Amino acid sequence: MALDEIQIGGLGASRKRVEDARFIRGKGNYIDDFKLPGMLHMETLRAPIAHARITSLDTSKAWMTPGVHLVVTGEMAAQHNLAWMPTLSYDTQAVLVTDKVRFQGQEIACVVADDPYIAKDACEAITVEYDPLPPIVNPQQALAPGAPIIRDDKAGQTNNICYTWEVGDKENTERVFADPNLQIVSQDIYYPRTHACPIECNAIISDYNSATGKLTIYLTTQAPHIIRTAVALVAELPEHMIRVIAPDLGGGFGNKVPVYPSYVIAILASILLTRPVKWIEDKTGNLISSSFARDIYFHCDAAIRKDGKIQAVRIHADTDNGGFFSDAQPTKFKIGLFHSIFGCYDIPYGYMTAQGHYTNKAPGGVAYRCSFRITESMLFQERFMQTCAYEIGMDQAEFRRVNFVREFPHRTTFGFLLDSGDYDKCLDLGLEKIDYYGFLERQKQARSQGRLLGIGISTMSEPLGAGNSREYDIIGIKMFDSAELRVHPSGKAVLKIGSKTQGQGHETTFAQIVTHELGIPADDILVQHGDTDNTPFGMGTYASRSTPTAGAATAMVSRKVRAKAKKLAAHLLEVSEEDVEWELGRFYVRSAPNRGVTIQDCAFAAYTNMPDGLEPGLENNAYYDPPNMTWPFDVYITTVEVDPDTGEWDVLKFIGVDDCGVRINPMIVEAQLHGGLAEAFAMAYHQMITFDSQGNCIGANYMDYMIPTAWETPHFELYEVVTPSPHHPIGCKGIGECGCVGGPAAFVNAVVDAIAHLGVRNIDMPCLSSRVWEAMHYKHDVPGTPPLPGT
Amino acid sequence: MPEFRNVVVTVNEEPREAEIEPRLLLVHFLREVCGLTGTHFGCDTTSCGCCTVLFDGVPVKSCTVLGVQADGHEIITVEGLGSPSELSPVQEGFHEEHGLQCGFCTPGMMMTATAFLDENPNPTEEEIRWALSGNNCRCTGYVNIVKAVKWAAKKMATSGVSARGAAPIR
Repeated sequence: MALDEIQIGGLGASRKRVEDARFIRGKGNYIDDFKLPGMLHMETLRAPIAHARITSLDTSKAWMTPGVHLVVTGEMAAQHNLAWMPTLSYDTQAVLVTDKVRFQGQEIACVVADDPYIAKDACEAITVEYDPLPPIVNPQQALAPGAPIIRDDKAGQTNNICYTWEVGDKENTERVFADPNLQIVSQDIYYPRTHACPIECNAIISDYNSATGKLTIYLTTQAPHIIRTAVALVAELPEHMIRVIAPDLGGGFGNKVPVYPSYVIAILASILLTRPVKWIEDKTGNLISSSFARDIYFHCDAAIRKDGKIQAVRIHADTDNGGFFSDAQPTKFKIGLFHSIFGCYDIPYGYMTAQGHYTNKAPGGVAYRCSFRITESMLFQERFMQTCAYEIGMDQAEFRRVNFVREFPHRTTFGFLLDSGDYDKCLDLGLEKIDYYGFLERQKQARSQGRLLGIGISTMSEPLGAGNSREYDIIGIKMFDSAELRVHPSGKAVLKIGSKTQGQGHETTFAQIVTHELGIPADDILVQHGDTDNTPFGMGTYASRSTPTAGAATAMVSRKVRAKAKKLAAHLLEVSEEDVEWELGRFYVRSAPNRGVTIQDCAFAAYTNMPDGLEPGLENNAYYDPPNMTWPFDVYITTVEVDPDTGEWDVLKFIGVDDCGVRINPMIVEAQLHGGLAEAFAMAYHQMITFDSQGNCIGANYMDYMIPTAWETPHFELYEVVTPSPHHPIGCKGIGECGCVGGPAAFVNAVVDAIAHLGVRNIDMPCLSSRVWEAMHYKHDVPGTPPLPGT
Repeated sequence: MPEFRNVVVTVNEEPREAEIEPRLLLVHFLREVCGLTGTHFGCDTTSCGCCTVLFDGVPVKSCTVLGVQADGHEIITVEGLGSPSELSPVQEGFHEEHGLQCGFCTPGMMMTATAFLDENPNPTEEEIRWALSGNNCRCTGYVNIVKAVKWAAKKMATSGVSARGAAPIR
């Protein structure tokens, strides 16, 4: 008799999380919870000024502080060939300053001491004198004639441009724009800097064993295998003698992919002192120095037919990359996958250019809860779609529908291959659940009574789950992922994956994939991850890629194991393999279905009763290189009410409809969406990290960079549509980032919609009440930043 | 060398005596001196609430309390919820309703919820959201945390168990 898959925790079961047991008892294992014998503590001294040459650096008092073991400066790092390190975008980044400070918060020196309090005291005892240089805080200043060259360390760098890039069909796009029968709509939008700010900051313990030569690095990282390879290459250490252990992560959201300067110094210090060195970043250090996201200016023109069909788009994007170009993104795409923009719309022609700029701000461009700048493209896309609908006088839902892609596979304007989706079905469900047409009536009535209601729609399909490896790599390492499965004699199993959880619940859901393939109850499967000595090579967790890649590898390795188990079953049943059939958890004889053996019987036989010539054991591994990204589709619709006197706004209702293909664990999928949507709301509502004219970071702690609490955050009502991915072995698509990617536009669109009758087309995020009030009062757009030259 | 002070703090009903620097934060006293790493250090600025513990029954952010201020007082940490064999209603609620993801904010969130439910065992959603507004979570969007607290309230009502659950094993 076949097993009940839901009952044993297989595909589709909202299985409760196995991770919870330790977390709810306070028994998690975050980096700061580890205490190694002889462990020392490191603290980093940061620059208080954004752009300056260092004229003197005196560490003598720090060295004399009792309990201090080591003070590392840029000069000392240089002696070990570690003053500079490569970034994930083939640029270089200073580890500790040797020539000049390029952003506020840059690392000047590190102190290693008996305890963190002493290390902090000693940092304060370091005297640094600065010769200030003019700070550059946006691309406009970076491009101004006579602007100081920030990267004067780079041979041949004669300006502050860090890259230029183009994609699309320029000639045909221009031809379409020349057609006088088409209406041209244009818009400028700025996506401000944001910060992923996981609540647990960055952290490392580096433990070098001088007797064995083994370097063990305990690190809060989303990508332990890449870090191991990076450390091997940068520090010229043998890779097999490096072990990266990534235990429980207190969130990541993209912030925990890169290598940070203090990691390099902690490793150096543990080698020099031959003792474990722990560094726990503080919140201000995290917010002012670790990878930022967004900070990008968008200009778009669309040429639109009278029936609403977009014929061509012309796009330019300027990015503010800070002092070092350290975006984590595939090598050949200088602005990540920004060109996935307008992907869900069938637009014949498009042309896009992009330019990056060095400024005196912390390195930016990290993929914060989005795969490679897709968050930015989707905000711009959906904000612009609303503007186009207003300008050509169409209902915003209908305008989207007119332009939807309906036939799959579909090659997008900028070259991506959409493989599946049912966009109309998702939109219909969303419109029904929010009572769209009823709301439009109520909006009209309310307006006549002086009340301001708005409704915002955001629809998008984003490429999630990088690679394939043909097109996607990070610093040359191809994007795929892996899984290794061992079934023990008693039928219990251990699954080891190349990816890593940052809170999504891999230990729960990846077992469910094995259960689906083998019928072993999920409770009998232990999932291991985050230890490079004990897991196969993988690229880690980001870009919503764990399920599309490591999840697929898990299904594939389970099938390899099942294929071997089938040979064992044939042996046990004394029939030929061709006569053996499979149902969940059991092989049986085709002609005699009652004669069967369980997967557990086969596992036992693999170690106790193998047929002649069959290798013992029941285990295997699989590397999965996906043929394409996965393409979830999402509809987010929200209604708001704006206070006409203050500009404050409240969410009335939020509806989400997500099609992420097959859901392994619906409970976890929904919770991933809740988290992403809360971050979307935060960026649209009030979360702001900005810089003054001197390059001081405003928003350097949680009092200024406000994380929304349960009080502000609205309730999210979610629905599903299922269009399986045609190439993923179990039909899944990525989902972790969808809420954060598609969500912001829904909120901003709703606020703008409430006051669009006043002629307002844009308020840059965050839609602070002061900005909304200004837009209403003066009946104009409210940009978040001064315009760039030429726009 | 800094001056040291002798303190006796009752942590999870067990007296803990130590010589500590007056500047030592309570969160570090709990984590480093007592070895109770369930209380997390999050933001430095009393904002995130990861370090919330009960101080004589009242939730406080232990990054803004000095260890010496706890001398002679009673502290309950996440390790003091439930017992090894039984979860408290709040712990159970967080598990049942998937009220946590990365788990870093969870101990502080549960401590606040525990004190709140002791005071208001039958709260509305709005009251729960307001009560938890001193604790940040970056993963969950709060939807399931609210459900978790409701679940705990219901469990308390049907079982008669307090929010903190059974007494901890010494």
